[in-house]
Amino acid sequence: MSRILLILLLCLGLAPSQPALAIDPMAFKDRAEEVRFQKLVRELRCLQCQNQTLADSDAEIAKQLREEVFRKMQEGLSDREIEDFLVARYGEFVLYRPRVESSTALLWFGPFVLLALGAVLLVLHFRKRARQAPAATAVAQTEEEW
Amino acid sequence: MWRALIPLIVFALIGALLWSGIGNDPTLVPSPLVGKPAPEFSAPVLNEPQRSISKQDLLGQPYLLNVFASWCPACRVEHPVLNDYAQRGELTIYGLNYKDLPEDANRWLAQFGNPYAGILVDPEGRIGLDFGVYGAPETFVIDAQGTIVYKHIGPLTPADIETKIKPLLQGDRSS
Amino acid sequence: MMPELGQVALILGLLLAVVLAVVPLLGAQLNQPALMAVARPASYGMFVFVAISYAMLTHAFMVQDFSVAYVAQNSNLELPWYYRFSAVWGGHEGSLLLWVLILCVWTLALAALSRSLPDRFMARALSVMGMIAIGFISFTFFTSNPFERHVPPLADGNDLNPLLQDFGLIVHPPMLYMGYVGFAVAFAFAVAALLDGRVDQQWVRWSRPWTNVAWGFLTLGIALGSWWAYYELGWGGWWFWDPVENASFLPWLVGAALIHSQAVTEKRGTFKAWTLLLAIAAFSLSLLGTFLVRSGVLTSVHAFASDPERGTFILVFLAIIAGGALTLYAIRAPRLEPSPPTRLFSRESLLLANNILLAVACAMVLIGTLYPLVADAFDLGKVSVGPPYFGLMFTVLMAPLVVLIPFGPMTRWSGDDVGTVFASLRTALLLAVIGGAVWWIVRSGLTLKAALGITAALWVAFGTFAFLRRRWQLRQPGRPYFTAEMVGMSLAHLGVAVFVIGVMFAETLNVERDVRMAPGDSAEVAGYTIKFTELRHHEGPNFVADEGVFEVWYNGKLSSEQHPQKRQYLRGQVMTEAAIDAGFFADFYIAMGEPLDNGQAWAVRLYYKPYIRWVWLGALMMMLGGFIAACERRLREPVKRSAEAPAPVTEPALPALPERA
Repeated sequence: MSRILLILLLCLGLAPSQPALAIDPMAFKDRAEEVRFQKLVRELRCLQCQNQTLADSDAEIAKQLREEVFRKMQEGLSDREIEDFLVARYGEFVLYRPRVESSTALLWFGPFVLLALGAVLLVLHFRKRARQAPAATAVAQTEEEW
Repeated sequence: MWRALIPLIVFALIGALLWSGIGNDPTLVPSPLVGKPAPEFSAPVLNEPQRSISKQDLLGQPYLLNVFASWCPACRVEHPVLNDYAQRGELTIYGLNYKDLPEDANRWLAQFGNPYAGILVDPEGRIGLDFGVYGAPETFVIDAQGTIVYKHIGPLTPADIETKIKPLLQGDRSS
Repeated sequence: MMPELGQVALILGLLLAVVLAVVPLLGAQLNQPALMAVARPASYGMFVFVAISYAMLTHAFMVQDFSVAYVAQNSNLELPWYYRFSAVWGGHEGSLLLWVLILCVWTLALAALSRSLPDRFMARALSVMGMIAIGFISFTFFTSNPFERHVPPLADGNDLNPLLQDFGLIVHPPMLYMGYVGFAVAFAFAVAALLDGRVDQQWVRWSRPWTNVAWGFLTLGIALGSWWAYYELGWGGWWFWDPVENASFLPWLVGAALIHSQAVTEKRGTFKAWTLLLAIAAFSLSLLGTFLVRSGVLTSVHAFASDPERGTFILVFLAIIAGGALTLYAIRAPRLEPSPPTRLFSRESLLLANNILLAVACAMVLIGTLYPLVADAFDLGKVSVGPPYFGLMFTVLMAPLVVLIPFGPMTRWSGDDVGTVFASLRTALLLAVIGGAVWWIVRSGLTLKAALGITAALWVAFGTFAFLRRRWQLRQPGRPYFTAEMVGMSLAHLGVAVFVIGVMFAETLNVERDVRMAPGDSAEVAGYTIKFTELRHHEGPNFVADEGVFEVWYNGKLSSEQHPQKRQYLRGQVMTEAAIDAGFFADFYIAMGEPLDNGQAWAVRLYYKPYIRWVWLGALMMMLGGFIAACERRLREPVKRSAEAPAPVTEPALPALPERA
């Protein structure tokens, strides 16, 4: 319990608790650059916060990393290179979009495996039912059929 | 029919997963740099701006790099522990004064003590960024070859030092 | 004195919950009417005592009794009276007591409104509610007691978190809990049916209105939370796929599947296994949500202060409830019954596809939310799973579902001809494609993906109209044209269409800009001109603020004047209060950040959000649809006594049941 308290102190040590608000006018060359920046910082995590993006957090580290992302954009790095820069220092935790790797197979492929399984079961189930009585008598289109 | 047991089994697996999570601290972000060479750094020394300390300078013996600042309340909690170990000569600790002003740092050290063999100044947090620092206090254990062998997030306690840090240093010294 | 009364009342409520859980169940087992008859009075009594307990806590807040620790943590002398009322559920302990109260309300409703249902079944169902109540009241009393005193008594409290001092937070938790807890009724019915050995259609018919209402409330609760987050938090978003948000969405998805599955089981007698399992799953996911929010295993902006001890308690409780029900299911599972023959293209198969898609979507959200635990357990590294993942996967999984919606009501039971059904929907498809194309051409900036999404939404809308039109054509004198069920269904499906349109526009065409503005400056965003006219000082009941006065101009006309504020609360918290020019077709959103250049200028965020209100309008339509469908008269028809099989004196412990025709 005291451990958690200390970690909380750690967080408090950096910024007063504020709601998601990180308004930083930056000198963008054009609208396209601004949109690209917004997209990038929305997909990067504030490491010190309880689940906020770099775009939304007011924490010191978030401000620093936003400026870093902007600087790297000015230096001409691609989106992937900027992400790699941050991942090298903070790990994959900093990305809100998990990379498609063997370790994230459950995430990216699991639901589709389940879906395929469901589809197969559905088709098999109804094929079997249909075989039981090939000529299904049509139900009259009255209120009863509802 | 065995099929009827499937929901129960699925639920048991999920339950086991949730059980395993209880008591963990999900806010801790492990460092990807552990086991890798420390990033190159060079910074001026506190109060002696013409002098600087670099990674090269510190090779040859293991040391702790402690990230601290005057605005950090939890740093005060761990500071007596650092003072203690440094005074007894059991640990070599270098300080990284992170996103701070020299006069504030000096005042803080005067009040709480100075266990550091040397203090690097990082007012913008650039060195911190390269080390993957996201808050204070954080402590890196770096071996004689300049490899980061451990990162501790949050204040250090004597238990942490005895059980986690000292064994790593022991191993290094004997090799 | 009063808080102690509150504790005593809670204990009495717990005792009555024990009575409720044990006695009627025993009575049903032994077929003793006297014991079964205890269920209703016990339910009423439990409600009365829990209500008293809750009233005591509210009283402590209203008179500002800071000797109670919970009151001191969540209130202070300057807090206005209406926030004192809602501050009761502002923290973990009080919100749990609210949960318990709402559980007692549903139990009371069930006890009072079920006179026409068979006694054994109701005794069992109410007993299950009692068991759930035991778990939650114990949890509250032993680990999270809101009545604990603070010694020595404090003169003033902390403040209620300023984020919670808001209308949205007054209504959001109660509505959400009405939904979560409401699924307990469907769960209780399912367990009672399993205990009863009843796997016919009767119990499902009784269960439908309760489930529809619960789902409606949950929809409302989620929509309120989303709306509140949008206008209060200043980030312009409306859903973040945060673990706590997902915790409420999981039962919603399963609840939607449950509603459809119950309809099929009630009308056709099939999908019994699905209906039972979904009912168990819906409530189990509600409990899972409680666990995730209060145990601290996942990082979330919403989470209450976490505590492993509390987490363990809830997990054990969840294991008993869900594990117990699923074990019962495994023992009593309905055998593969010879149902009426059904072809691959039929309303049954479409609804099964609906169930599968919703279940897989639920599984996806569950996997993504719990993934950090998986990664931890299997040492896969520390990974974040956030909106980019959830948004993408959810869209991919829901797209086929949205496309299928119009087919359902137009396809006959047991089997239908694909060609005929397509022919009946041809016009709708044509109108949808034309509508989507027109919108794509007219509205510049719309991506192809958004245009397709809008086409799909229009397809759902026109398809629903096609159904309504056909019903009208088939009307016969003396019979209702549109039953409550049909109206509810159509309204909910239209709500889906409205929701999808809102999402497509808001996500694709929104414009966000952070600008530096000094009084006198203006900025251009998405055809709007914003003029910062002056900076004022404002004092509120428990804060001081810098207030900016902004004029919003559109097409040369003044649309509105907005007053966003940067507030400093008494306890030191700094918050931004965004100002929104709300419109049916677009919102314009202004939030103030930090002062720049020593207060000469301000950092201001300007947001253009087209059709954002449609998101919540769609959700409200779904909610209304659920409520209307619950009013279906057919579902309230009294039980046909002849259909009830005479109950044996002792229940043989059979692993399987003889099939009923």
